[in-house]
Amino acid sequence: MLILASKLFIYAILFLSLVAALGVVMLPNLFHSALSLVATLIGIAALYLALQAEFIAVVQVLLYVGAVMTLIIFAIMLTHRIGDQTVPQKNQQSLPAFLALAAFVGMVSTLILQSNWPVSETVARVDALALGKALLGVYIFPFEIISVVLIAGLVGAVVIARKD
Amino acid sequence: MDSLFVNLKKGLLDFLSSFLPADFVMIASALVSIIAIAILGPFTMMYLTWFERKLISRIQNRIGPNRVGIFGLLQPLADGVKMLTKEDIVPDGADKVVHFLAPVVTVIPALLVFSVVPFGRNMAAVDLNVGFLFFIAVSATTTIAIFMGSWASRNKFSLLGGMRSVAQLVSYEVPMVLSAVPVILATGSLSTVSIVEAQSGWHGLKWFVFTPWGLVAFVIFYLCGVAECNRTPFDIPEGESEIVAGFHTEYSGMKFALWYMAEFMNVFTISGLTATLFLGGYQGPFLPSWVWFFTKTYALVFVMMWFRGTLPRLRVDQLMGLAWKFFLPFTLINLFVAGLWFFLPTRGLRVGVSLALLAVSFGFLVWVNKPFVPEKRMYEFAE
Repeated sequence: MLILASKLFIYAILFLSLVAALGVVMLPNLFHSALSLVATLIGIAALYLALQAEFIAVVQVLLYVGAVMTLIIFAIMLTHRIGDQTVPQKNQQSLPAFLALAAFVGMVSTLILQSNWPVSETVARVDALALGKALLGVYIFPFEIISVVLIAGLVGAVVIARKD
Repeated sequence: MDSLFVNLKKGLLDFLSSFLPADFVMIASALVSIIAIAILGPFTMMYLTWFERKLISRIQNRIGPNRVGIFGLLQPLADGVKMLTKEDIVPDGADKVVHFLAPVVTVIPALLVFSVVPFGRNMAAVDLNVGFLFFIAVSATTTIAIFMGSWASRNKFSLLGGMRSVAQLVSYEVPMVLSAVPVILATGSLSTVSIVEAQSGWHGLKWFVFTPWGLVAFVIFYLCGVAECNRTPFDIPEGESEIVAGFHTEYSGMKFALWYMAEFMNVFTISGLTATLFLGGYQGPFLPSWVWFFTKTYALVFVMMWFRGTLPRLRVDQLMGLAWKFFLPFTLINLFVAGLWFFLPTRGLRVGVSLALLAVSFGFLVWVNKPFVPEKRMYEFAE
Protein backbone atom coordinates (compact mmCIF):
# COMPACT_ATOMS: atom_id res chain seq x y z
CA MET A 1 0.00 0.00 0.00
CA LEU A 2 2.87 2.33 0.81
CA ILE A 3 4.45 1.60 -2.58
CA LEU A 4 1.20 2.47 -4.32
CA ALA A 5 0.96 5.66 -2.26
CA SER A 6 4.50 6.69 -3.16
CA LYS A 7 3.80 6.02 -6.85
CA LEU A 8 0.67 8.13 -6.68
CA PHE A 9 2.73 10.80 -4.93
CA ILE A 10 5.31 10.83 -7.74
CA TYR A 11 2.59 11.10 -10.39
CA ALA A 12 0.92 13.92 -8.48
CA ILE A 13 4.23 15.81 -8.34
CA LEU A 14 4.78 15.21 -12.07
CA PHE A 15 1.31 16.47 -12.90
CA LEU A 16 1.64 19.58 -10.74
CA SER A 17 5.08 20.43 -12.14
CA LEU A 18 3.75 20.07 -15.67
CA VAL A 19 0.79 22.33 -14.89
CA ALA A 20 3.19 24.88 -13.40
CA ALA A 21 5.47 24.58 -16.42
CA LEU A 22 2.50 25.26 -18.69
CA GLY A 23 1.78 28.27 -16.53
CA VAL A 24 5.27 29.62 -17.22
CA VAL A 25 4.55 29.93 -20.92
CA MET A 26 0.80 30.59 -20.84
CA LEU A 27 0.38 33.21 -18.10
CA PRO A 28 0.07 36.74 -19.46
CA ASN A 29 1.89 38.41 -16.58
CA LEU A 30 5.66 38.05 -16.47
CA PHE A 31 5.78 38.01 -12.67
CA HIS A 32 3.21 35.21 -12.53
CA SER A 33 5.26 33.25 -15.06
CA ALA A 34 8.33 33.61 -12.87
CA LEU A 35 6.36 32.40 -9.85
CA SER A 36 5.13 29.34 -11.69
CA LEU A 37 8.70 28.66 -12.78
CA VAL A 38 9.52 28.59 -9.07
CA ALA A 39 6.72 26.05 -8.58
CA THR A 40 8.07 23.93 -11.44
CA LEU A 41 11.59 23.93 -10.00
CA ILE A 42 10.32 22.98 -6.55
CA GLY A 43 8.29 20.18 -8.15
CA ILE A 44 11.44 18.86 -9.82
CA ALA A 45 13.26 19.04 -6.48
CA ALA A 46 10.43 17.02 -4.91
CA LEU A 47 10.83 14.48 -7.71
CA TYR A 48 14.54 14.14 -6.93
CA LEU A 49 13.62 13.68 -3.28
CA ALA A 50 11.14 10.95 -4.18
CA LEU A 51 13.93 9.23 -6.16
CA GLN A 52 16.13 9.32 -3.01
CA ALA A 53 18.63 11.85 -4.34
CA GLU A 54 18.43 14.23 -1.37
CA PHE A 55 21.61 16.10 -2.16
CA ILE A 56 20.57 16.98 -5.71
CA ALA A 57 17.11 17.94 -4.48
CA VAL A 58 18.46 20.28 -1.84
CA VAL A 59 20.97 21.83 -4.24
CA GLN A 60 18.20 22.28 -6.79
CA VAL A 61 16.20 24.31 -4.28
CA LEU A 62 19.24 26.20 -3.02
CA LEU A 63 20.58 27.19 -6.43
CA TYR A 64 17.55 27.50 -8.65
CA VAL A 65 14.86 28.69 -6.26
CA GLY A 66 17.12 30.46 -3.79
CA ALA A 67 19.54 32.12 -6.20
CA VAL A 68 18.58 32.00 -9.88
CA MET A 69 14.88 32.69 -9.44
CA THR A 70 15.59 35.46 -6.95
CA LEU A 71 17.80 37.12 -9.55
CA ILE A 72 15.19 36.65 -12.28
CA ILE A 73 12.44 38.19 -10.15
CA PHE A 74 14.80 40.95 -9.08
CA ALA A 75 15.45 41.71 -12.75
CA ILE A 76 11.72 41.72 -13.50
CA MET A 77 11.03 44.13 -10.67
CA LEU A 78 13.90 46.43 -11.59
CA THR A 79 12.92 46.54 -15.26
CA HIS A 80 10.75 49.53 -15.93
CA ARG A 81 7.06 48.64 -15.79
CA ILE A 82 7.57 45.17 -17.20
CA GLY A 83 5.91 43.63 -14.16
CA ASP A 84 2.72 45.57 -14.79
CA GLN A 85 2.27 44.88 -18.47
CA THR A 86 0.15 42.09 -19.75
CA VAL A 87 2.21 40.94 -22.67
CA PRO A 88 0.26 39.42 -25.59
CA GLN A 89 0.76 35.67 -25.70
CA LYS A 90 0.14 35.13 -29.42
CA ASN A 91 1.40 36.53 -32.68
CA GLN A 92 1.17 35.65 -36.37
CA GLN A 93 3.69 32.85 -36.17
CA SER A 94 1.82 30.46 -33.89
CA LEU A 95 0.91 28.01 -36.66
CA PRO A 96 4.45 27.50 -38.04
CA ALA A 97 5.79 27.32 -34.51
CA PHE A 98 3.22 24.68 -33.62
CA LEU A 99 4.05 22.64 -36.74
CA ALA A 100 7.80 22.77 -36.04
CA LEU A 101 7.22 21.79 -32.41
CA ALA A 102 4.96 18.89 -33.41
CA ALA A 103 7.62 17.60 -35.78
CA PHE A 104 10.28 17.88 -33.07
CA VAL A 105 8.13 16.11 -30.47
CA GLY A 106 7.33 13.35 -32.96
CA MET A 107 10.97 12.82 -33.74
CA VAL A 108 12.13 12.77 -30.13
CA SER A 109 9.31 10.51 -28.97
CA THR A 110 9.95 7.94 -31.71
CA LEU A 111 13.62 7.97 -30.73
CA ILE A 112 12.75 7.48 -27.08
CA LEU A 113 10.31 4.69 -27.80
CA GLN A 114 12.68 2.87 -30.16
CA SER A 115 15.72 2.86 -27.92
CA ASN A 116 16.23 0.11 -25.41
CA TRP A 117 16.55 1.49 -21.87
CA PRO A 118 18.49 -0.67 -19.41
CA VAL A 119 16.70 -0.87 -16.08
CA SER A 120 18.66 -1.85 -12.98
CA GLU A 121 16.89 -3.57 -10.12
CA THR A 122 18.55 -1.65 -7.29
CA VAL A 123 18.26 2.09 -6.87
CA ALA A 124 21.72 3.61 -6.98
CA ARG A 125 22.17 5.94 -4.01
CA VAL A 126 24.81 8.63 -4.36
CA ASP A 127 25.32 10.61 -1.17
CA ALA A 128 27.01 13.95 -0.70
CA LEU A 129 30.24 12.36 0.51
CA ALA A 130 30.70 10.26 -2.63
CA LEU A 131 29.80 13.23 -4.82
CA GLY A 132 32.34 15.46 -3.09
CA LYS A 133 35.08 12.85 -3.35
CA ALA A 134 34.35 12.34 -7.05
CA LEU A 135 34.32 16.08 -7.75
CA LEU A 136 37.64 16.67 -6.02
CA GLY A 137 39.20 13.40 -7.18
CA VAL A 138 38.41 11.93 -10.57
CA TYR A 139 36.60 14.97 -11.96
CA ILE A 140 38.92 17.63 -10.55
CA PHE A 141 39.86 18.94 -14.00
CA PRO A 142 36.35 19.74 -15.31
CA PHE A 143 35.50 21.07 -11.85
CA GLU A 144 38.39 23.54 -11.94
CA ILE A 145 37.63 24.49 -15.56
CA ILE A 146 34.07 25.36 -14.53
CA SER A 147 35.43 27.50 -11.69
CA VAL A 148 37.63 29.40 -14.14
CA VAL A 149 34.67 29.96 -16.47
CA LEU A 150 32.59 31.25 -13.55
CA ILE A 151 35.35 33.61 -12.44
CA ALA A 152 35.65 34.89 -16.02
CA GLY A 153 31.90 35.52 -16.07
CA LEU A 154 32.09 37.33 -12.75
CA VAL A 155 34.95 39.56 -13.87
CA GLY A 156 33.13 40.24 -17.14
CA ALA A 157 30.01 41.31 -15.26
CA VAL A 158 32.03 43.68 -13.11
CA VAL A 159 33.73 45.17 -16.17
CA ILE A 160 30.40 45.68 -17.97
CA ALA A 161 28.72 47.14 -14.90
CA ARG A 162 31.50 49.64 -14.25
CA LYS A 163 30.38 53.22 -14.74
CA ASP A 164 33.32 54.82 -16.61
CA MET B 1 14.06 12.07 31.92
CA ASP B 2 16.47 12.29 29.01
CA SER B 3 14.28 10.40 26.56
CA LEU B 4 10.91 11.50 27.97
CA PHE B 5 9.45 12.62 24.64
CA VAL B 6 11.01 9.74 22.71
CA ASN B 7 9.42 7.26 25.15
CA LEU B 8 6.08 9.08 24.97
CA LYS B 9 6.04 8.69 21.18
CA LYS B 10 7.16 5.08 21.43
CA GLY B 11 4.43 4.30 23.94
CA LEU B 12 1.82 5.88 21.72
CA LEU B 13 3.02 3.91 18.70
CA ASP B 14 3.10 0.65 20.71
CA PHE B 15 -0.48 1.31 21.77
CA LEU B 16 -1.50 1.98 18.13
CA SER B 17 0.30 -1.08 16.78
CA SER B 18 -1.83 -3.34 18.96
CA PHE B 19 -4.83 -2.76 16.71
CA LEU B 20 -3.49 -1.13 13.51
CA PRO B 21 -1.57 -2.74 10.61
CA ALA B 22 2.16 -1.95 10.26
CA ASP B 23 1.72 0.47 7.35
CA PHE B 24 -0.63 2.67 9.33
CA VAL B 25 1.74 2.69 12.28
CA MET B 26 4.47 4.02 9.99
CA ILE B 27 2.17 6.79 8.80
CA ALA B 28 1.10 7.46 12.39
CA SER B 29 4.76 7.74 13.42
CA ALA B 30 5.31 10.43 10.79
CA LEU B 31 2.05 12.14 11.78
CA VAL B 32 3.06 12.31 15.45
CA SER B 33 6.26 14.17 14.53
CA ILE B 34 4.41 16.45 12.13
CA ILE B 35 1.75 17.31 14.68
CA ALA B 36 4.35 17.93 17.38
CA ILE B 37 6.14 20.42 15.09
CA ALA B 38 2.91 22.00 13.88
CA ILE B 39 2.01 22.71 17.49
CA LEU B 40 5.49 23.69 18.64
CA GLY B 41 6.00 26.25 15.83
CA PRO B 42 2.99 28.52 16.41
CA PHE B 43 3.17 28.01 20.18
CA THR B 44 6.81 29.14 20.22
CA MET B 45 5.87 32.14 18.11
CA MET B 46 3.04 33.14 20.47
CA TYR B 47 5.20 33.10 23.54
CA LEU B 48 8.19 34.66 21.81
CA THR B 49 6.02 37.72 21.09
CA TRP B 50 5.10 37.86 24.77
CA PHE B 51 8.74 37.35 25.79
CA GLU B 52 9.95 40.04 23.43
CA ARG B 53 7.40 42.59 24.59
CA LYS B 54 8.16 41.86 28.23
CA LEU B 55 11.92 42.02 27.69
CA ILE B 56 11.93 45.18 25.59
CA SER B 57 9.70 46.81 28.19
CA ARG B 58 12.16 45.99 30.93
CA ILE B 59 15.04 47.35 28.85
CA GLN B 60 13.05 50.55 28.30
CA ASN B 61 12.10 50.79 31.98
CA ARG B 62 8.44 49.86 31.42
CA ILE B 63 6.41 46.94 32.74
CA GLY B 64 4.97 45.59 29.50
CA PRO B 65 1.78 43.56 29.08
CA ASN B 66 0.36 42.69 32.50
CA ARG B 67 -3.45 42.93 32.16
CA VAL B 68 -4.44 39.61 30.57
CA GLY B 69 -3.59 36.76 32.90
CA ILE B 70 -0.80 36.70 35.45
CA PHE B 71 2.29 38.51 34.08
CA GLY B 72 0.26 39.05 30.90
CA LEU B 73 0.72 35.38 30.03
CA LEU B 74 -2.60 35.20 28.18
CA GLN B 75 -1.74 38.23 26.06
CA PRO B 76 -0.75 36.12 22.98
CA LEU B 77 -4.19 34.45 23.03
CA ALA B 78 -5.93 37.81 23.24
CA ASP B 79 -3.75 39.05 20.36
CA GLY B 80 -4.68 35.96 18.36
CA VAL B 81 -8.39 36.66 18.81
CA LYS B 82 -7.82 40.28 17.87
CA MET B 83 -5.93 39.32 14.71
CA LEU B 84 -8.62 36.86 13.65
CA THR B 85 -11.47 39.31 14.11
CA LYS B 86 -9.75 42.24 12.45
CA GLU B 87 -10.94 43.42 9.05
CA ASP B 88 -8.89 41.94 6.24
CA ILE B 89 -7.98 44.82 3.94
CA VAL B 90 -6.80 44.10 0.40
CA PRO B 91 -5.68 47.14 -1.63
CA ASP B 92 -7.76 47.94 -4.70
CA GLY B 93 -4.94 47.60 -7.21
CA ALA B 94 -3.41 44.56 -5.58
CA ASP B 95 -2.87 41.25 -7.28
CA LYS B 96 -5.49 39.46 -5.17
CA VAL B 97 -4.29 35.86 -5.55
CA VAL B 98 -0.58 36.54 -4.99
CA HIS B 99 -1.39 38.95 -2.18
CA PHE B 100 -3.28 36.16 -0.44
CA LEU B 101 -0.70 33.47 -1.18
CA ALA B 102 2.42 35.35 -0.03
CA PRO B 103 1.92 35.14 3.77
CA VAL B 104 0.81 31.52 3.45
CA VAL B 105 3.89 30.65 1.40
CA THR B 106 6.22 32.33 3.86
CA VAL B 107 5.08 30.14 6.75
CA ILE B 108 5.82 26.89 4.87
CA PRO B 109 9.66 27.12 4.85
CA ALA B 110 9.61 28.48 8.39
CA LEU B 111 7.77 25.33 9.54
CA LEU B 112 9.68 22.93 7.27
CA VAL B 113 13.08 23.76 8.76
CA PHE B 114 11.87 22.59 12.17
CA SER B 115 12.06 19.06 10.80
CA VAL B 116 15.87 18.85 10.78
CA VAL B 117 16.53 20.60 14.10
CA PRO B 118 17.59 18.07 16.75
CA PHE B 119 15.59 19.13 19.81
CA GLY B 120 17.19 16.47 21.98
CA ARG B 121 18.82 13.05 21.81
CA ASN B 122 16.88 11.08 19.11
CA MET B 123 14.47 14.01 18.85
CA ALA B 124 15.13 15.25 15.31
CA ALA B 125 12.00 14.66 13.25
CA VAL B 126 14.07 13.58 10.23
CA ASP B 127 17.78 12.86 10.33
CA LEU B 128 18.47 13.82 6.71
CA ASN B 129 22.05 13.19 5.68
CA VAL B 130 22.01 16.65 4.07
CA GLY B 131 20.21 18.24 7.03
CA PHE B 132 22.23 21.43 7.22
CA LEU B 133 21.95 22.08 3.47
CA PHE B 134 18.23 21.37 3.69
CA PHE B 135 17.90 24.05 6.34
CA ILE B 136 19.78 26.62 4.26
CA ALA B 137 18.00 25.75 1.02
CA VAL B 138 14.50 25.81 2.47
CA SER B 139 15.04 29.04 4.36
CA ALA B 140 16.41 30.59 1.13
CA THR B 141 12.96 30.23 -0.45
CA THR B 142 11.63 32.83 1.99
CA THR B 143 12.89 35.49 -0.42
CA ILE B 144 10.31 34.38 -2.99
CA ALA B 145 7.49 34.83 -0.49
CA ILE B 146 8.73 38.31 0.42
CA PHE B 147 8.93 39.18 -3.28
CA MET B 148 5.37 37.96 -3.77
CA GLY B 149 4.04 40.00 -0.88
CA SER B 150 5.87 43.16 -1.82
CA TRP B 151 5.00 42.99 -5.49
CA ALA B 152 1.36 42.00 -5.07
CA SER B 153 0.63 44.87 -2.68
CA ARG B 154 1.14 47.35 -5.54
CA ASN B 155 2.61 49.84 -3.12
CA LYS B 156 5.88 51.72 -3.47
CA PHE B 157 6.82 51.23 0.17
CA SER B 158 6.16 47.52 -0.07
CA LEU B 159 8.23 47.25 -3.22
CA LEU B 160 11.13 49.16 -1.68
CA GLY B 161 10.96 47.01 1.44
CA GLY B 162 10.92 43.85 -0.67
CA MET B 163 13.92 45.00 -2.69
CA ARG B 164 15.88 45.85 0.44
CA SER B 165 14.92 42.61 2.09
CA VAL B 166 15.99 40.47 -0.83
CA ALA B 167 19.26 42.32 -1.34
CA GLN B 168 19.99 41.74 2.34
CA LEU B 169 18.99 38.08 2.37
CA VAL B 170 21.05 37.28 -0.73
CA SER B 171 24.10 39.11 0.64
CA TYR B 172 24.07 37.58 4.09
CA GLU B 173 23.46 34.06 2.88
CA VAL B 174 26.98 33.88 1.44
CA PRO B 175 28.97 34.51 4.66
CA MET B 176 26.39 32.52 6.61
CA VAL B 177 26.94 29.34 4.63
CA LEU B 178 30.71 29.87 4.40
CA SER B 179 31.02 30.40 8.16
CA ALA B 180 29.36 27.05 8.79
CA VAL B 181 31.74 25.20 6.47
CA PRO B 182 34.51 24.73 9.14
CA VAL B 183 31.98 22.86 11.28
CA ILE B 184 31.17 20.55 8.39
CA LEU B 185 34.90 20.16 7.82
CA ALA B 186 35.33 19.13 11.44
CA THR B 187 32.37 16.75 11.42
CA GLY B 188 32.67 15.26 7.96
CA SER B 189 28.89 15.19 7.65
CA LEU B 190 26.03 17.48 6.72
CA SER B 191 23.56 15.81 9.04
CA THR B 192 22.58 18.01 11.99
CA VAL B 193 22.48 15.01 14.32
CA SER B 194 26.05 13.95 13.46
CA ILE B 195 27.19 17.55 13.92
CA VAL B 196 25.82 17.48 17.47
CA GLU B 197 27.27 14.03 18.12
CA ALA B 198 30.71 15.26 17.02
CA GLN B 199 30.68 17.71 19.94
CA SER B 200 30.06 15.08 22.62
CA GLY B 201 33.52 14.91 24.30
CA TRP B 202 34.53 16.50 27.64
CA HIS B 203 31.26 15.47 29.35
CA GLY B 204 29.25 17.13 26.58
CA LEU B 205 31.18 20.38 26.69
CA LYS B 206 33.45 19.92 23.67
CA TRP B 207 31.54 22.53 21.71
CA PHE B 208 32.94 23.96 18.50
CA VAL B 209 32.64 27.46 19.91
CA PHE B 210 35.59 26.74 22.23
CA THR B 211 38.05 26.65 19.31
CA PRO B 212 39.37 29.87 17.71
CA TRP B 213 37.81 29.17 14.32
CA GLY B 214 34.62 28.01 16.02
CA LEU B 215 34.27 31.24 17.96
CA VAL B 216 34.75 33.40 14.86
CA ALA B 217 32.37 31.24 12.82
CA PHE B 218 29.80 31.30 15.64
CA VAL B 219 29.75 35.10 15.85
CA ILE B 220 29.55 35.54 12.08
CA PHE B 221 26.92 32.83 11.64
CA TYR B 222 24.78 34.22 14.42
CA LEU B 223 24.95 37.80 13.15
CA CYS B 224 24.11 36.65 9.63
CA GLY B 225 21.23 34.70 11.15
CA VAL B 226 19.96 37.88 12.79
CA ALA B 227 20.16 39.56 9.39
CA GLU B 228 18.32 36.67 7.73
CA CYS B 229 15.43 37.13 10.16
CA ASN B 230 15.24 40.84 9.29
CA ARG B 231 15.69 41.79 12.92
CA THR B 232 17.24 44.88 14.48
CA PRO B 233 19.94 46.10 13.84
CA PHE B 234 19.51 44.61 10.35
CA ASP B 235 15.82 45.50 9.97
CA ILE B 236 16.07 48.01 7.13
CA PRO B 237 13.52 45.99 5.08
CA GLU B 238 10.85 47.10 7.53
CA GLY B 239 12.44 50.31 8.76
CA GLU B 240 9.32 52.03 10.04
CA SER B 241 10.86 55.49 10.04
CA GLU B 242 11.65 55.24 6.32
CA ILE B 243 9.22 52.95 4.49
CA VAL B 244 6.26 52.48 6.88
CA ALA B 245 6.59 48.72 7.38
CA GLY B 246 8.33 47.48 4.24
CA PHE B 247 6.97 44.44 2.50
CA HIS B 248 4.05 43.90 4.89
CA THR B 249 2.74 47.47 4.76
CA GLU B 250 -0.50 46.40 3.06
CA TYR B 251 -1.24 43.44 5.27
CA SER B 252 -3.66 43.39 8.16
CA GLY B 253 -5.40 40.90 10.38
CA MET B 254 -4.47 37.25 10.14
CA LYS B 255 -2.29 37.72 7.05
CA PHE B 256 -0.10 40.14 8.98
CA ALA B 257 -0.04 37.63 11.83
CA LEU B 258 1.30 35.02 9.40
CA TRP B 259 4.21 37.27 8.39
CA TYR B 260 4.89 37.85 12.03
CA MET B 261 4.64 34.16 12.79
CA ALA B 262 7.15 33.25 10.06
CA GLU B 263 9.56 35.86 11.39
CA PHE B 264 9.41 34.58 14.96
CA MET B 265 9.65 30.94 13.94
CA ASN B 266 12.74 31.89 11.93
CA VAL B 267 14.17 33.56 15.01
CA PHE B 268 13.68 30.34 16.92
CA THR B 269 15.01 27.98 14.24
CA ILE B 270 18.06 30.14 13.44
CA SER B 271 18.91 30.24 17.13
CA GLY B 272 18.37 26.51 17.31
CA LEU B 273 20.61 25.89 14.32
CA THR B 274 23.33 28.15 15.76
CA ALA B 275 23.15 26.19 19.01
CA THR B 276 23.30 22.94 17.04
CA LEU B 277 26.31 23.93 14.97
CA PHE B 278 28.45 25.70 17.53
CA LEU B 279 27.08 25.30 21.06
CA GLY B 280 26.85 21.54 21.08
CA GLY B 281 23.11 21.33 20.40
CA TYR B 282 21.61 19.04 23.01
CA GLN B 283 25.01 18.11 24.51
CA GLY B 284 25.71 19.13 28.07
CA PRO B 285 26.39 17.69 31.51
CA PHE B 286 23.78 16.62 34.14
CA LEU B 287 20.55 18.00 32.65
CA PRO B 288 18.36 16.14 30.10
CA SER B 289 19.34 16.76 26.48
CA TRP B 290 16.20 18.68 25.48
CA VAL B 291 16.57 21.02 28.46
CA TRP B 292 20.06 21.87 27.21
CA PHE B 293 18.84 22.46 23.68
CA PHE B 294 16.01 24.77 24.69
CA THR B 295 18.21 26.63 27.21
CA LYS B 296 20.84 27.38 24.57
CA THR B 297 18.28 28.30 21.95
CA TYR B 298 16.38 30.65 24.21
CA ALA B 299 19.64 32.21 25.39
CA LEU B 300 20.39 33.05 21.74
CA VAL B 301 16.83 34.32 21.22
CA PHE B 302 17.31 36.47 24.30
CA VAL B 303 20.44 38.01 22.77
CA MET B 304 18.51 38.82 19.58
CA MET B 305 15.89 40.65 21.62
CA TRP B 306 18.60 42.36 23.62
CA PHE B 307 20.02 43.62 20.29
CA ARG B 308 16.62 45.03 19.46
CA GLY B 309 16.43 46.86 22.76
CA THR B 310 19.87 48.43 22.48
CA LEU B 311 21.16 48.85 18.94
CA PRO B 312 20.09 51.42 16.35
CA ARG B 313 19.33 50.40 12.77
CA LEU B 314 22.19 50.16 10.25
CA ARG B 315 22.23 52.19 7.04
CA VAL B 316 21.89 50.30 3.74
CA ASP B 317 25.51 50.87 2.70
CA GLN B 318 26.80 49.89 6.14
CA LEU B 319 24.72 46.73 5.98
CA MET B 320 26.01 45.68 2.56
CA GLY B 321 29.58 46.69 3.46
CA LEU B 322 29.48 44.56 6.60
CA ALA B 323 28.43 41.47 4.65
CA TRP B 324 30.66 41.81 1.59
CA LYS B 325 33.72 43.66 2.86
CA PHE B 326 34.05 42.26 6.35
CA PHE B 327 32.20 39.00 6.93
CA LEU B 328 32.96 37.41 3.56
CA PRO B 329 36.78 37.81 3.61
CA PHE B 330 36.87 36.95 7.29
CA THR B 331 34.95 33.71 6.78
CA LEU B 332 37.33 32.73 3.97
CA ILE B 333 40.34 33.33 6.25
CA ASN B 334 38.54 31.43 8.99
CA LEU B 335 38.05 28.49 6.63
CA PHE B 336 41.79 28.48 5.97
CA VAL B 337 42.52 28.64 9.71
CA ALA B 338 40.17 25.72 10.35
CA GLY B 339 42.03 23.73 7.70
CA LEU B 340 45.36 24.53 9.40
CA TRP B 341 43.88 23.50 12.76
CA PHE B 342 43.39 19.93 11.58
CA PHE B 343 46.74 19.90 9.81
CA LEU B 344 49.09 21.18 12.54
CA PRO B 345 50.47 18.50 14.89
CA THR B 346 50.62 19.93 18.43
CA ARG B 347 47.94 21.71 20.42
CA GLY B 348 50.10 24.71 21.32
CA LEU B 349 51.07 25.27 17.70
CA ARG B 350 47.43 25.01 16.59
CA VAL B 351 46.08 27.50 19.08
CA GLY B 352 48.98 29.92 18.61
CA VAL B 353 48.94 29.94 14.82
CA SER B 354 45.17 30.19 14.48
CA LEU B 355 44.83 32.92 17.10
CA ALA B 356 47.64 34.92 15.52
CA LEU B 357 46.23 34.54 11.99
CA LEU B 358 42.71 35.48 13.07
CA ALA B 359 43.87 38.46 15.13
CA VAL B 360 46.05 39.83 12.33
CA SER B 361 43.35 39.43 9.69
CA PHE B 362 40.71 40.92 11.99
CA GLY B 363 42.91 43.96 12.59
CA PHE B 364 43.66 44.25 8.89
CA LEU B 365 40.00 44.03 7.87
CA VAL B 366 38.99 46.62 10.46
CA TRP B 367 41.75 48.92 9.21
CA VAL B 368 40.77 48.44 5.55
CA ASN B 369 37.09 49.06 6.31
CA LYS B 370 37.74 52.20 8.32
CA PRO B 371 34.83 54.53 7.57
CA PHE B 372 35.59 57.72 5.72
CA VAL B 373 35.22 60.62 8.14
CA PRO B 374 35.21 63.99 6.40
CA GLU B 375 37.46 66.66 7.80
CA LYS B 376 35.77 68.87 10.30
CA ARG B 377 34.78 72.17 8.71
CA MET B 378 34.60 75.42 10.56
CA TYR B 379 32.05 78.03 9.61
CA GLU B 380 32.48 81.60 10.59
CA PHE B 381 29.72 84.15 10.63
CA ALA B 382 30.12 87.08 8.29
CA GLU B 383 30.70 90.40 9.93
